[in-house]
Amino acid sequence: MSNLEPPMEPGHAGEVEHAENAIELKEVEGLSQGQIVRKRFFRHWGALGGLITLLAVMILAYSSIGVGPIPGWWKYDHATTNDVLNPLGGPTLSMPTWLGGSGFEIGEHPFGQDEVGRDIFAATMKGAQTSINVMLLIGIISTIVGLAVGAVAGFFRGRIDDGLMRFTDLVITLPVLVVGSVLGKMVESSGALLLAIALGLISWTTLARLVRAEFLTLREREFVDAARVAGASNFRIMFKHMIPNAMGVIIVNTTLLMSAAILLEAALSFLGFGVQSPDVSLGTLISRYQNSFATRPWLFWWPGLFIIIIALTINFIGDGLRDAFDPRQKSVTSARKLAKAEARMRLDMQNADGQL
Amino acid sequence: MVKFFGKRFLASALVVLVSTAIMYFLVDLAIDPYEDLRTSTAPNKAELIAQRTAELRLDEPVVTRYVGWLTNAAGCAVGNCQLGVDWQKNQAVTDILGGAVANTLKLVTAASLIAIVLGAMVGLVSALRQYTGFDYSVTFMAFLFYSLPVFWVAVLAKAFLAIKFNDFLADPHIPLWVAVMLGVIWGVILQAAVAGDARRRLTTFAGAAAVVIGLSVYVNLTDWFTDPSLGIIWVTVLSAGIAVGITALSTGLGNRRALGAALTVAGIGAALYYPMLYFWNYVDESWLMIFGLALVAVLVGVAVGFAWGGQDKAQSARTAALTAFPVAALLFIDRLMLSWEAYTNSPIIRGRPIATIGSSTPNLEGSFWFFTIDSFTHLVLPSLTLILISFAGYTRYSRASMLEVMNQDYIRTARAKGLTERTVVMRHAFRNALLPLASVVPVDIITLVGGAVLTETVFGWFGMGRLFVDALDNNQQDVVMSYILIVGILAVVANFVADLVYAVLDPRIRVSS
Repeated sequence: MSNLEPPMEPGHAGEVEHAENAIELKEVEGLSQGQIVRKRFFRHWGALGGLITLLAVMILAYSSIGVGPIPGWWKYDHATTNDVLNPLGGPTLSMPTWLGGSGFEIGEHPFGQDEVGRDIFAATMKGAQTSINVMLLIGIISTIVGLAVGAVAGFFRGRIDDGLMRFTDLVITLPVLVVGSVLGKMVESSGALLLAIALGLISWTTLARLVRAEFLTLREREFVDAARVAGASNFRIMFKHMIPNAMGVIIVNTTLLMSAAILLEAALSFLGFGVQSPDVSLGTLISRYQNSFATRPWLFWWPGLFIIIIALTINFIGDGLRDAFDPRQKSVTSARKLAKAEARMRLDMQNADGQL
Repeated sequence: MVKFFGKRFLASALVVLVSTAIMYFLVDLAIDPYEDLRTSTAPNKAELIAQRTAELRLDEPVVTRYVGWLTNAAGCAVGNCQLGVDWQKNQAVTDILGGAVANTLKLVTAASLIAIVLGAMVGLVSALRQYTGFDYSVTFMAFLFYSLPVFWVAVLAKAFLAIKFNDFLADPHIPLWVAVMLGVIWGVILQAAVAGDARRRLTTFAGAAAVVIGLSVYVNLTDWFTDPSLGIIWVTVLSAGIAVGITALSTGLGNRRALGAALTVAGIGAALYYPMLYFWNYVDESWLMIFGLALVAVLVGVAVGFAWGGQDKAQSARTAALTAFPVAALLFIDRLMLSWEAYTNSPIIRGRPIATIGSSTPNLEGSFWFFTIDSFTHLVLPSLTLILISFAGYTRYSRASMLEVMNQDYIRTARAKGLTERTVVMRHAFRNALLPLASVVPVDIITLVGGAVLTETVFGWFGMGRLFVDALDNNQQDVVMSYILIVGILAVVANFVADLVYAVLDPRIRVSS
């Protein structure tokens, strides 16, 4: 825009922009890359809200019914049948009066009960726990595989690269859901752990491609040459010099991958090829209760709501991370801004004429 | 170029071959063909097991079975298709597949076409209004749609959209407060999309709200939902509106010849209203014919554009052809609406037209129009849920690529030349922004085919996805493999087409290949 400007007086669009740039530069002066990213991330209110919500959901899910042998603070568990309290087992949770409810109350079974009186709050928490576990495991495994494949392909290039990329293409060919169903069916009786590993082994493709692209550019940089001249091994160059520089891509993609992972797990469980009973995940809950929607809608609402909350918050965190790692995203000069700048320019010209 | 595509073709064939091989072994590991026999208490259990082993050749190693399956499947290339049998129903897989493939393709095509058009449009507007309320809302919606579990939404859509809408049709009257609310919502959305100064926003808001409220009142007064029709008046008005709208976007209203050509096409459409109604009475309608007529309409548009002549014949022709298609669609929709009342009142439908299960009403009898309405009412819900997923992706993608393009130097140059904002956006920016979309579409279609597995299951569609789930559940290797084969070929073809489109659109790709 600076080429639009006539000789300037204070308050000009161009000067404002300069000033803004200067502020931006001053803000990051003397800060490390990590500090800059953290600062930008915490300024992104969506990402921050997402992070807080996700942490709250995780704390709730893990603390309420406990992890493994450690007991939680909630009095029921997801499998025991209890007396049905409300008619049909409706939720005892009620809204405060200012929201149109009958006064805030949590009650015995806040999320309601199913037809045999199982506590839905406990079931949802248990399901959320399994889903989050599966999601984290898929995220970790596919990050490791994707990173390894992408890094090796991008670093060594040539035949290795060709082979690995053709292999990646092969994995991408079929929809993840289809391959996932077959793998899910394969590990059917062995629990959620194996399922997560199997799904992790097919979800790494996008990351591998991105890391490869990143490595292809990084390996031409001077600091890599410098490291090589200093006698660093290939392994050391990759780990100490290149991966830290590709961290932005890796972190952002892993986050987005995890939000896809939780939906994938839910979808597979819904189809019957994912987490199987007696294990409970959010997907199995929806699948189990989908036909009671007309009579007992709460059986259906809560697990779905938790899937959405988890996936949505992770997406927001991913978006925040992307913005934080990639500050190059500029805003486009809109027609409105152009018109404003023009008007200001004309005004200044008139002023200048008046002075003459 | 030929060499490039020849190479690509070979590579694709290899991908299909290897992926089916891997999947064959995986499926073999995953399924248990004896599952039903294990718990069987039949006295001749051992005999039954031996029989099944012989039937499915389970005593042979998996490699020889794969080779056998592959040889049979390869026959498809020369017209002798053998994809094995469904041993539970004793039916050849090829017989089952026919209808299923058609149903899934119908679903996926409808969903992806609508998602691409809507997504690209919303993404474009969102990019042009970067960092405004509209942009933030669209971003939030996109994230929300991303995070929705398809099957969950599908169940909700069944419960709320279908059943509630059918209930509404029993007594189709829009209450005033709903009309006002709809008007306000549309007003707010449109004023945010149009933006500009306060006065322009206010006019947009008032205009949109007035139109929506007016339409609601009109719909109430004419009992439109019971017996919908456009009639010659609405066809004329809408055609003229489409003509002006498309001209405004494609060449600008300043180009009088293009505007004239578009309006001529709209006029032809309106003039054909009554003749077409007679025409339908004397012909045997079929989809082939509908597509033929659509093509004729576009050709007429091109001809009209050229007939208007002038310096920019091609531009007029393009505008007129773009107008001709929706105008022809209006005539088609109007004819469909004519059969609507008879359809809803037919004894099988009983006034609840929006279907929640299946891909067509069994035992329905009637004209071509009946069946078309029937298949549309069955398509609505599954398509909607599918659109929801890919719409978000397209919005984000086209927004990002539009922002990228708008920051390019040639946009600055175009503005500096004094071109109008419309020309800059539509001619210079939008076209280039669409380019990267070509590489996302095939990947997305594969995702949609995967997503169709879920929607087909929830909506009880007899499609490929449903077939796959059932077959995997019932341990039918041949059926599962035929699904995987078809999807694999589909994926490879989609990628191939994307490369082709990209190479045609972007000359730089050709050079580097």
